Parts: sequence; C-alpha cells; structure tokens
Amino acid sequence: MINLTNSYSANGLYDEMLSEKKECRSHYSTFNKMLESISSEKLLEYQQATDRAQVSMGMTFNVYHENKGIEKILPLDIIPRIISGKEWSIVEEGLKQRIHALNLFIHDIYNKQKILKDKVVPEDLLYSSGNFLKPLVGLTPPKSIWCHISGSDLIRDEKGDFYVLEDNLRVPSGVSYLLENREILKRVFPNTFNNLHVRPVSDYPNKLLRMLQHLSGKENPVVGLLSPGIYNSAYFEHSYLALLMGIELIVGQDLVVNNDKVYMKTTKGLHQVDVIYRRVDDTFLDPLAFNPKSMLGAKGLFDAYKKGNLALANAPGTGVADDKAIYAYVPRIIKYYLDEEPIISNVKTYICAEKSDRDYVLENIEDLVVKETNAAGGYGMMIGPKSTKEEHAKFRELVKKNPRTYIAQPTLSLSTVPTLVGNEIEPRHVDLRPFILYGEDIEVLPGALTRVALKKGSLVVNSSQGGGSKDTWVLND
Amino acid sequence: MLSRVADSIYWLGRYIERAENYARFIDVNFNLMLDLPPGLKEQWQPLIAATGDLDAYKNRFETFDRKQTIFFLAFDLENPNSMFSSITKARENARTVREKITKESWEKLNEVYLFVQEGVSRKVWEQEDPREFITNVKYKVQLLYGIADNSVARTEGWYFMRLGQFLERADKTSRILDVKYHILLPSPKEVGTTLDILQWMALLKSVSGFNIYRQIYGNIESSKIVEFLVLNKFFPRSIYFCLIEAEDCLLKISESPTRGYRNNAEKHLGALCAHLEYSDVNDVINLGLHEFLDDIQLKLIHISNAIHNNFFKIGSSLSNQEQVQ
Repeated sequence: MINLTNSYSANGLYDEMLSEKKECRSHYSTFNKMLESISSEKLLEYQQATDRAQVSMGMTFNVYHENKGIEKILPLDIIPRIISGKEWSIVEEGLKQRIHALNLFIHDIYNKQKILKDKVVPEDLLYSSGNFLKPLVGLTPPKSIWCHISGSDLIRDEKGDFYVLEDNLRVPSGVSYLLENREILKRVFPNTFNNLHVRPVSDYPNKLLRMLQHLSGKENPVVGLLSPGIYNSAYFEHSYLALLMGIELIVGQDLVVNNDKVYMKTTKGLHQVDVIYRRVDDTFLDPLAFNPKSMLGAKGLFDAYKKGNLALANAPGTGVADDKAIYAYVPRIIKYYLDEEPIISNVKTYICAEKSDRDYVLENIEDLVVKETNAAGGYGMMIGPKSTKEEHAKFRELVKKNPRTYIAQPTLSLSTVPTLVGNEIEPRHVDLRPFILYGEDIEVLPGALTRVALKKGSLVVNSSQGGGSKDTWVLND
Repeated sequence: MLSRVADSIYWLGRYIERAENYARFIDVNFNLMLDLPPGLKEQWQPLIAATGDLDAYKNRFETFDRKQTIFFLAFDLENPNSMFSSITKARENARTVREKITKESWEKLNEVYLFVQEGVSRKVWEQEDPREFITNVKYKVQLLYGIADNSVARTEGWYFMRLGQFLERADKTSRILDVKYHILLPSPKEVGTTLDILQWMALLKSVSGFNIYRQIYGNIESSKIVEFLVLNKFFPRSIYFCLIEAEDCLLKISESPTRGYRNNAEKHLGALCAHLEYSDVNDVINLGLHEFLDDIQLKLIHISNAIHNNFFKIGSSLSNQEQVQ
C-alpha cells in the first residue's frame, strides 16, 4: 500500500531506486512490489522491532567526544539498499585492481622505491607523511601481502557512477554491522530476500580466518585478534569477529614476547601466537619500536614480526597508501604498476601542498570540502557550502599555515536511497563500504556496509556524526 | 584459556550470584519486617551490617529508613556491592569476554542490566512495595543460569564461572545467616517465641529452603537451621555444598584426580571443606555462630586471592606459575 511515485522525490539527484522520470529501476522492482503490498504501520512496526533487537543485542559502538554514556547504537534502517549484479561487477573489478596496485605500491615504497625514482609520486610528499614508518624499510611481510583487509569508501555521483572516496587500508571497521544487519534483514523480509537471490555474506568470518591462517607457515597456526579493549569504539566488532572465527580476543596485557616469539598468558602458562589480526593502530603495536607510551601492544612484538615468528594483518606501514594526499596519486599508481586505466575513478582532489592546487583551494574554499589528511571519522573536515564565512576564513588560515596537512575535493552530490523516516519513506544520502580480503587471491565480499545520513539533506554519513546503516543487497544480475 | 578471560569469567560468575543474593537479602528483610508485632520499628541496619558495608553506609547516610537502605542495597552505583553495581560489573566483565559467551546469555544479561537501569530511572525504591521488581531481577538472573546450563560447554570457562558463583554463594549464605544474628529481638526472653520462629522462617524462605528444611528437619529450631544452612550436604545453597562444588571446579580446571592439592587455591579450599566436613552443629554453636561465619568469610577471601595468584596473575617468564608442594 506504499506508493513511492507520488510522495518520494530525490530533487534531481541520483536516486538508486527511482529514475528521474520516477520509474522504478528494474533491480528494485521486486522490492517495490513488496512495498506496495505492505502498510506503512507494518513497516514502522518492523523498524521498532529492529531497534529493540539492536538494544538487547548490545550492538554498540563507543563515542569519544561525549560525556554521557559511552555506548551508542548504530541505527539500522530496515529498507535495504539494492545493487544489481551489473553495477556490482564494476565495484568488484575496480576494487581488486585498486588493492592489487596499492599493495605493490606499499611494497615498493618500503623496498626499492622505484615509483619515487621514476618521479611518479613526489618523494617529499611521502616522507612528510606521518604514515611512512621507517622501521619497515627493507621488510617483506609473509607472502608479500601488506593490506590483507581493506574497507574502501565509495560514493555514486549524479550520474550514478561509482567513485572511490577513501582507501581504508589500516584497520577498517564496520564488517560486523554488515553481518548483523544481514541477519536482522533476513528476518524482516524473508520472502523478498529469498525471491531476489541476494548474494550471501555470512561466510566472511570463514574467509577471514582462512586468509589469516594462510599467512603462517604452520599447519595449525594459533590466530588471535588484538583489540585495544572494551573502551575502543569498535570493541563490539572485535569480540564479534573473534567469536565467529573461534579465535582468542587478546589485548596488550595478554601478550608477552620471549626470544622473539609472541606468547599469550593462559591459565596453564604461556602459549605461542602465530598470527595476529590486529585492530590496534601501527604505532601502538610495540612501545619499543614505535610509540613508547603505548600500553595497547607488547614490548618486542615488532622484533618477533621482523624475525618472521609472527604474521600481522594488516602489516604495519600500510597507512602510507591510505594517506589523503597519496590518494590523489592512486590513478597514476594503478597505471604505473599495472599499466591499466582505473576501473573506478578517484574524486578530483586538490593537494594543498602543491602551489597551483593550493591557490585554487584558497580561492574556491566556499565550494569545496577541505579535509585533514590524517583525520578520520568525519572529524577535521569542513564542507564549504554548509559552513559560515568565519569557518571558511579559519580553514584558509589552516591551509596556509600547514598545507601538507590538507586536501580539498569538490562537494559531491551523493546518491540517495529510500529510507524510513518516521512512517514515511524519503530519500537519504548514502556511501558504500565494501570489504576486500587479500589472501591467496583478492576477494571482494558481495555486500557492503551502507552508511546513511539520516538527517535530511546531510552528506555526513559517519556513525560518530548521526549516521545510520543499511543492509546492502547485491544481486546476481 | 587466557588468564585475563578466566579472571573475567570468574568475576562474572561472582557478580551475577551477588546480584541475585542482594535481591534475596532485600526480600528476606522486607518479609521479616512485615511480621513484626505492632509498635516495633523496622530494622534495616542489621541487613546493612551483614553485607559488610555498614561503615560505607554510615559515611553517607544518617538514618536507616527502608527506602534509603533499599536504594543503597539495590540501586546505588556508589555502593560497589549493590545489586545494580553487581549487574553492571557482571555486564562489564561479560563485555570483555563477549566472544566466550553465548549470544543468548549476553542478550539476557544485557536485558537485566537495562531492566535495573530503567528501575533506577523510575525510582523503584520509593515504591511502597518494591518486591515485585526485586523478584523479577532474581528471576532474570536465574534465567541466565538456565541458559548457561543448557548451552555452555563443560570446559575451563564453565568451571571458572561456577567456581566464582559457588564461592560467592557460600559467602552470601553465611551473611544471610548472619542477618539473624544482627537482628535484635525485643528481649532475650523472646528466643523461641513466635516472633523468633517467624524470623527463622523468613530467612529459610529467602534462600528458597523452607520446604526442603521442613521435609528434612521438621520443626523450626535454630540449631537445626544452622546445620541446614552451614553443613548440609544436599541443599544447593548450604555453605558446605557450595564449597564442595567449588572444590570440584578447581579439580576440573587443573584436570587432576581427586585428593591432595597442586596449588594454594586447592590447598586452602580443600582445608576449609575438610573443616566443615568434620564439624557438627555443636562445634559451630560452641564457637559462636557469628564468629564461625566470620572465620569462613575470611577464609573465602584467602581462597579467592589464591585463585587470583595461581590462575590470573601470569608473569612473563615461561615457568613461573605458582608451585606449591
């Protein structure tokens, strides 16, 4: 009984369900028929049941900048986002290509540095990056894989074309929400789900475990997940993945290093660990090698890694390719290592460290999104068209003072998808975070975390800034 | 099993049990007060004294009125042992070892936490009769035991949780019994009168032991009740029963045959079990019930410390586990 063609309007932006002429796109038609057969009260009831399920499941993330209550729920909007098999194959091929090239780039940077010698990427840009880790120079990680798990952020523009917004090559999070959202949605729309033959995601933990085991030379390696602990914003995910993989969730205090081997402290003494899926940032892994104040890692862990007695996923140092300034060079990086054109484009990026780009940014700051190169989670950024004159002036000063720290991009018109707001369905802006595993092969999980800006007109989808999530249904065709 | 995980699971067991027992404490005292003859003032101070937090209470509150004490015992997060504190800490411990806990267990624990939190916002202690709420908490905790019983594998984690649970229960049964010691009768002459008997009955009911007691012992007599709650081999809340169960858990954890001991935890616990096994109720009464219970509570603390040192505090060299022979 819900008819979208009357009330629903995306105001000329790209909507993934309805075309400009308000025709339902073919891959949404089954879902649309279901909507037409259901009352908005029923839909609201499903949404409320979902909200309650999330609370009692304790599906929480922690927020750093708030005084009251540190646990928050990431709201799940029950209307799925549907992506056709044809659209997905672009995402899949594009991400495989990108991760392949980026892995080669990281390996080159810490070893022969051919790309610097050939002046494709400027040397000073790299060395001024806080993400280049000297202790990694000359190192080859197990199987030469650096970025085992990535969660790239993609968006779609006003034509519906995909763009990569960020390569999250360090410790991307969100996959637990993807998996839990799917479990919930399967219960909400069992028939529609079944009729559409949505591609499955629930074997992700198996794939992840297999990939981690693959990193060790041992037959039955001991694998652990290293978490910063319960106060970390993604703790729910850490314990969730450890549970599903049946591996130990460890924190720094559980570990001790003896003779360049890493051990866990157990009730029956010390047990060696062979592979660590670490959800702790690079520089906190080992106070002897990196940040001396870190309590989150273990003393001597990096030596054990260098000696080959421990595999780490992701390898330390991957952040060098996940720098917002390096990002601008990724199309050239793909061309350089693979001699291919990028399948998914980059968003046009102005590098403030370069004079001509900086001048353009200073002149056009009102129309641009300015981002700090080392910040994440929607912090340290300014959206020109949504900011005041004072904020423009402030960011102009910041860019002038520390150009290396900033990049700018044009404001993007993110695509919209139908979202339940109260008991109405309205368009809301979304991004897309697929997850890519690099083990024996590079594999893109056929699904993604869709983050949705729940506030009308808002483009900020970050969970820490009032965003929600959606299940993403990838179809076969 | 990781030492840190074992530590958290052990305390998870203790805190859940503590929360349930605090619910029982409040229930027993409430019932006791209902049976008071007219003109006699309600006594809530003895209950606070039995929990061992009398000083902490006096530092903050002047009087022992019912609402105040129920708030302190059930809902006060500043009281580290209150029902809400215990549930909060149980949940925190569960959160740190969530990957070791079944989904149902976690969800139900989370729900009881949210339930009490909601009770705080409704100010349940202001109600004329908060027993329904308190009883609900008790049932919600018991649901956790039921879920665990049917879904948790009998491996190390299970035994650490049960170990915590039974040591905590032994301590709390000793304290429930101690409430009777602290509660004043109007005069010494009232020993054995209706009022005295009513108080003993309320106490038995608070540990869900009234009917079983009747079946085994018949008449309400203080010495028999003491025997029942301290030395009985079959009643699951008697101190002796709890200690034997705890000892069994320790043996399962070290995968050792019975008899003898391999570490300080087994040594202290084994000694206390033997002490109770070879005591009869006259030994208890000759020493003085309160003194006897005090001694048990002290020994339980030593046992818990020994468990901590042996299993949870693992140093960094390969062979420094505590050795005791």
